[in-house]
Amino acid sequence: MPAPSNARFATSHEWILTGESESPVGISEHAQAELGDVVYIELPETGRIVKAGESVAVIESVKAASDIYAPVSGEITEVNPAAAAETSLVNTDPYGAGWLFKIKPSNPAEIDALLDEAAYLAQAG
Amino acid sequence: MDDISPISLSPLHETHLRAGARMVPFAGWNMPVQYKGITEEHLTVRRACGIFDISHMGQFRVGGPASLDWLNSLLTNNNTRLGIGQGQYTLLLNESGGVIDDLILYRTRASSWFLVVNASKTAEDLAWMQARLLPGITLTDESPHYAGMAIQGPASAAVYQQVAGAHMELPDRNGIAEFISLRGGTCVVCRTGYTGEDGFEFFCEAEEAPYWWDEFTGHGAVPCGLGARDTLRLEMGYPLNGNDLSTDRTPLEAGLGFFVDMAKPAFTGREALAAQKVHGLPSKLTGLRLTGKGPPLRAHYQVFANNQPVGELSSGGISPSLGIGIAMAYLPPALATPGTALEIDIRGKRHPAETIKKPFYKKP
Repeated sequence: MPAPSNARFATSHEWILTGESESPVGISEHAQAELGDVVYIELPETGRIVKAGESVAVIESVKAASDIYAPVSGEITEVNPAAAAETSLVNTDPYGAGWLFKIKPSNPAEIDALLDEAAYLAQAG
Repeated sequence: MDDISPISLSPLHETHLRAGARMVPFAGWNMPVQYKGITEEHLTVRRACGIFDISHMGQFRVGGPASLDWLNSLLTNNNTRLGIGQGQYTLLLNESGGVIDDLILYRTRASSWFLVVNASKTAEDLAWMQARLLPGITLTDESPHYAGMAIQGPASAAVYQQVAGAHMELPDRNGIAEFISLRGGTCVVCRTGYTGEDGFEFFCEAEEAPYWWDEFTGHGAVPCGLGARDTLRLEMGYPLNGNDLSTDRTPLEAGLGFFVDMAKPAFTGREALAAQKVHGLPSKLTGLRLTGKGPPLRAHYQVFANNQPVGELSSGGISPSLGIGIAMAYLPPALATPGTALEIDIRGKRHPAETIKKPFYKKP
C-alpha cells in the first residue's frame, strides 16, 4: 500500500502529511505489518504541546506495546476516536481511516527534515 | 538456556520462511511468532484447525524394569494409574517443592515412557534426572532427532484421519501411539495439546518434518505461530513455565494440586508441599481481567488492592475470544476469591480489574 505523495516519514515509523495547517499523523504500512494486529491505542489529549520525538501515543499489538512519537513539534489539535474504537483500521488503512492524531506544526522546517516514502523504506530495510 | 548457545533452527525453518512467517527468538530457538496474524490464527484454532511447530520442545525416553517407581519418585502425578498408551500431565519439582518443569508423561509399554518437556528446560530436566539415575534405568534425550507439530482445533481429528489414519488410529484423549512411516521413520502421535481444543501432537524424525507439515496443511491445518499458542493457552489458564511456573512457586500455589498425588509414599518436593498443606499457601495463581476496555495486560505489570501492591502479573494478554485483557498473577490467597476488586498499573495509570475463575474461555 503506497503512501500519499505528500506524506513524510520519521525513522521511528510515523507519517505526517505536508501542506496542511493541521497535519494528520499515523504509522507506516511497514510499521503496521511489523506490529501485527493492533488491539489497543492510547491517544494524546488535544491541546497538548509536543516536541518532535516526544512520545505522544501508544499502540499495542497482541505481542507488544510501542510508543508513537510526534514527528514534528506543535500542538495536538484532534485525535481519531474511530481508530481507538476500531483498532484494526491502523492495520487495514494506515494512511487513511487509521490516522491517529493531528498536529499543528510550530516549526515547518522540521517537516522538511523528514523522509519521503522511498527514503524511509530504504532505511527501514 | 544461556546466551552464548547458538540459536537452534527447527527442521521446519525453511518451510516457515517460505510461508511468510515472522520469526522470533524463543527459548534458544528461532521460531515463528505468526504467519497471517495472531488473532486470526487464534480463532482458526477455536473454530477449525491450526498447526504449530513445536520442534523446540524436548523428548526423553525412559525405560527399565524399575522405571515406573523411579519416575513416580521424581514426578508429582501418579504414573501407576497410567495404562499402556495413556499419558498424564505431571510436574518435576526440586526438594523445596518449586517447579523445575511441567511435562507430559506417556506410557508406551509396561516399562517404557515418553516424556515431552519444555524447550527452555530440556537441558535442566535432563541433568536433574541423570543426576538421580538408578542402575537399570535408561534415560535418553531424543530431542535432537525429533521434530514436533501440534495440530489443534475441532477439525484436527478429521485432518489426522485423512493424513495418517491409515497408519495408526488416533489415540483417545491424553493417549499416545507410535507407527513407522512409509519413509521408515518413527512417528509418535499424542492426543494432547496446549490450546483447550481437541487435537494432537505429532513427533517425527527431523528429516520427515517438512513432508508431514505439508500433509497436514494440505488437508486443512492452518499454520499458526507462538503468538496464538500463547493467547490460546492463556485463555484456558494453562501455565507457561518461566512465566507462571518457577522454582519459587509450588504446584499447589499454581493451582495444579490435581496433578499432585500426595498419597504417594514419596516424591521429590513432597515434604515442602505437605508443609504448605498444613500452614496454608503463601500465594495462589489467580485469574484476573480488566473490568472495562483497556490495554492488553502483560507480564510484570503491578497489581494493587486497596492501594497496596499485592503482586505482579505472571502472564497477560488480550483474549481474542472475549475481547478483554486477561492475566494471571500470584496473589495472597485472601485476594484470590473470584470477584475481588483490584487495580493493575499500566504505564503509571491504574486500571480497574477483578479476579475471575479460570479458565477465562469456555467452549460455547
